[in-house]
Amino acid sequence: MSNLKRTALYDNHVKLGAKMVEFTGYQMPIQYEGIKAEHAAVRSNAGIFDVSHMGEILVEGDKATEFVQYIFTNDITEQANNQVLYGLMCYENGTVVDDLLVYKYDNEKYLLVVNASNKDKDFAWLNKNNSFGVNLTDKSDMSEVAIQGPKAEEMLQKLTNHDLSKITFFTFEEITVDGKECIVSRTGYTGEDGFEIYSYDIINIWEKLLALGAMPIGLGARDTLRFEATLPLYGNEISDQINPIEASLGMFVKLDVDFIGRDALKEIKENRKLKSAGIELIDKGIPRHGYKVLNIDEEEIGEITTGYMLDRSVALALIPVNYKLGDIVYIQVRNRKLKAKIVSRKFMNKNYKK
Amino acid sequence: MKIVEGLFYSNDHEWIKVEGKIATVGITDFAQSQLGEIVFVELPDLDDEFGANDPIGAIESVKAASDVLTPVSGKIVEVNENLEDAPESVNEDPFNAWIFKVELSNESELESLMNATAYKEFTA
Repeated sequence: MSNLKRTALYDNHVKLGAKMVEFTGYQMPIQYEGIKAEHAAVRSNAGIFDVSHMGEILVEGDKATEFVQYIFTNDITEQANNQVLYGLMCYENGTVVDDLLVYKYDNEKYLLVVNASNKDKDFAWLNKNNSFGVNLTDKSDMSEVAIQGPKAEEMLQKLTNHDLSKITFFTFEEITVDGKECIVSRTGYTGEDGFEIYSYDIINIWEKLLALGAMPIGLGARDTLRFEATLPLYGNEISDQINPIEASLGMFVKLDVDFIGRDALKEIKENRKLKSAGIELIDKGIPRHGYKVLNIDEEEIGEITTGYMLDRSVALALIPVNYKLGDIVYIQVRNRKLKAKIVSRKFMNKNYKK
Repeated sequence: MKIVEGLFYSNDHEWIKVEGKIATVGITDFAQSQLGEIVFVELPDLDDEFGANDPIGAIESVKAASDVLTPVSGKIVEVNENLEDAPESVNEDPFNAWIFKVELSNESELESLMNATAYKEFTA
């Protein structure tokens, strides 16, 4: 693993006994104590995640707003300064380049936070579509730590004089945490309240949050948490083969503004074939990403995009729109066809502070 | 890493305890530690016959599914149904949490398996 990149917190992970794996060119912790314990800690207390592998791209210029709108499916015309918006970048055919957060400083300055696995591709895509003369700067050398869970605010508040209650849901501020300049947003990827902290000086913040009782959380539980909260993952629920309308992310696609892929997405919406549905297994087993979904005649109708055994065996699947709650389907698990039913995608109630 | 003397071991990190014509098969301490938290064990059906290295079921951790192969040919004569309700026992006590018993159809296959000393070197 010698040619892999390390985050600033690599030594801290090793010291904690993390199981390290290769993930998108980085050596990252997949788990510390164990996925189930880490998952539970975020739901009941607080967990911290090293997500320094994420990409951050600064957009600056007179036409920054026009540029961001051109590459982004959500409507930024009403976006306030210091507000964060979730949305997607799409190709002309409506499939997804990446999903991302857009942090607005002002009309001439935005920060885009993109997936680690896509950041080189994204940077190239943004440059290719930069007919607006904006400056694009890769800030991915910044570290990022998320603190998530019902105790997140209480713990982080101990490290800053800034009143965190003023940073409301999906907004951010540039503040000092533990004496270091940081960008702090009330955002996350778990379905819990919490913050994402961006800084060039993160190690002491990580250590102090640990000392305050936050549990370190690896990529394993990061995925079970985001899945349980029905938050999409690029490469699973969305990809360069799957468009956001059929992935049931239509609320983040505003077809009355113009952006790359809008015309294709308009057509897809009018003639929609697929949706993202919840699936619960009736037979015993675990539905995994890529497993086939079959109808009662055992014909293939779709595919599992993510699945886990949490308190029950549940999955998200891309299937035809006409399937309804309670309908019976089968999942091809190795050489077995396991009985399952369509259920709500709401596997849990989100605990956001809005 | 615990390794028990007197058992056979496969390249796929299974232990095999032979009593007469019956081989009892489970996964090793090394295997369970690599897999992480085991949340489901898919057992084979009784009386099904398999060749050596055929997949007979699966062990699933939170993250991933791994095939369970039978290291020897034969007929499934017993499965450990306790694992359906307590899959975590494979993590907690892998050398007691056996998975299946197979009636050997070709005892000479045992010769290609490792003993405890060889397996210790194999995982070193």
